[in-house]
Amino acid sequence: MRLVLILSALLGASLGLETFVGHQVLRIKTKNEEEVKQLQFLESLEHLELDFWINPSAPALPVDVRIPAVSVQSVKAFLESQGIEYSILIEDLQEVLDKEKQDMAESAQRERSTSFDFGSYHTLDDINAELDHLASEYSFVEKIQIGESYEKRPLYALKFSTGRSKRPAIWLDAGIHSREWVTQASALWIANQIASGYGTDSFITSLLDKMDLFLLPVANPDGFVYTHTSNRMWRKTRSKNAGSVCYGVDPNRNWDAGFGGPGASSRPCSESYHGPSANSEVEVKSVADFITNHGNFKAFLTLHSYSQLLMYPYGYKCTRPDDYAELESLGRAAANAIKSVYGTTFQVGPICTTIYQASGGSIDWAYDSGIKYSFAFELRDTGRYGFLLPANQIIPTATETWMGLKRIMEHV
Amino acid sequence: ELSPGRFPAGRAAAVAVAMLRYRRGGPARALRLRELRRARAQDIKDVGHKYYLELELEDVLDKNRTVNCTAEVLYHLGNKNIAPDVQFTLEGELKSTEEADHLFYTRIRSLEKELVAENIPDSHGHVPPELEPLHLLAWAASGYLVWQNSTENTQLQLAQIKHVKQVKRSDKYLQFDYVVLLHKMVSQEIIPWEMTVLWHPRDGVQVTRDSCQPGH
Repeated sequence: MRLVLILSALLGASLGLETFVGHQVLRIKTKNEEEVKQLQFLESLEHLELDFWINPSAPALPVDVRIPAVSVQSVKAFLESQGIEYSILIEDLQEVLDKEKQDMAESAQRERSTSFDFGSYHTLDDINAELDHLASEYSFVEKIQIGESYEKRPLYALKFSTGRSKRPAIWLDAGIHSREWVTQASALWIANQIASGYGTDSFITSLLDKMDLFLLPVANPDGFVYTHTSNRMWRKTRSKNAGSVCYGVDPNRNWDAGFGGPGASSRPCSESYHGPSANSEVEVKSVADFITNHGNFKAFLTLHSYSQLLMYPYGYKCTRPDDYAELESLGRAAANAIKSVYGTTFQVGPICTTIYQASGGSIDWAYDSGIKYSFAFELRDTGRYGFLLPANQIIPTATETWMGLKRIMEHV
Repeated sequence: ELSPGRFPAGRAAAVAVAMLRYRRGGPARALRLRELRRARAQDIKDVGHKYYLELELEDVLDKNRTVNCTAEVLYHLGNKNIAPDVQFTLEGELKSTEEADHLFYTRIRSLEKELVAENIPDSHGHVPPELEPLHLLAWAASGYLVWQNSTENTQLQLAQIKHVKQVKRSDKYLQFDYVVLLHKMVSQEIIPWEMTVLWHPRDGVQVTRDSCQPGH
């Protein structure tokens, strides 16, 4: 009976919130299966908007949960009434975030007075500011908006173009999987490299005199923000899945290439959930439409991490593409170029036999749309740090990756 | 004969290296695969798939030197709950870690309050120098989790230490209770996993207890 009363109180306390003022993060120590079940029940009450950083699963594991301010007292009352032990991990999440923001602002201040620090990881706001900076400093660099994310964040890309007509173009994106932080960071460095190299670097100059380049450094801004604010290991988009407590679709299983086939999950809670239909994710549809409407892309290059792989189609099927021989040899040349910088070795091959079968991937779509030079890079490392690559490896990674990209672009 | 770049061989190599890390690793030694030189697969009727591997390893703390290793990995047919059999032979010596091990051991033994730490590495990949031995110890211990839970269709890596707590003991061992995140490469899932790790300079690493989320 008491349970029903407390739960009604919780029901009454639900609200939509935009800041984390008064949000608390609790660490809950369950003693037995029964308590785990209680927490799982709590988890299912969607209107509470509880954000489980570590989900309730087994008695031995702590459960970390972020609780919106209005629900804090009721949730604690519920836990106490059930005799479930907890401790307060973070008293006020907004305070912690403000401090972090302050730290980053202070370091950004220092950066702005000198220049953008390409050797450290940045927030979305800082990245967007740097895109503005590059666009304002170089006449042939323009910041364009490709579309909007699910949470209505603009998808900003840089257009590098020294000509007026619609030239053949190269596409480069990063951060489609938000936790792969070295990719967004490398894309920024590469953008700066290209912008500052026109007129001085012979390769960049001859490239941009013939072709345009489009660079989307943060292909999944909602996920990226989420990795900063809530869960560093978030991979997918942040779209709401109808009928599920789980958010997000794997944007690299959502393209219209073998969609829904092997190598993607139909479960919304899965990290490789393909989504309800191809291009259901606005982040994917925006790019696909942009490229289709442009009609003159010659290369489609995408950055992921980690594993040190350089791959070409196909992922959705394990048969060779028609251009297998050329893509394999170009891939090998690019891998050699990467290796020449610091000795970093990349394995080369089609997705399906190099990493795993995966359907609905972006380079498969690009290739089947007629863009022959479609490659996916998996950058450093091979697992020692994985997604949490130390910032001091950003510039070396970007440098060697750029050599590989150059080799491909030379050939296009 | 298999291509070293393609995944059946790569996954078998990862399992072999994980086992090696567990058996030879510690707070001052972290072994990783420099290169998979050669790989051969054999289908053993009614038993399973066996991989013969030639590996080149390096100690991340001593990159100038590499050590060659031959390994055999047998994935058992049928029951996926049996860990693969791994045998290995190291050719040559690894750099001695006696001094660093001793330093770490005495440092931890002399702590008044039990050590507690979180998020190693942090979001930016940073590990405070004084916590690096705990990071390497977890990396070695996670080799056990990887080895025990690998199949031909999976590849596991340690993604992060979410939480580590030292537990003082009356015997000679150091004990650390870890909650780590494992990254499952094929499904891309991140799985919290708890492990109790014992270590002593002369006895090496032991995982005495481990548990993960059911359904993974």
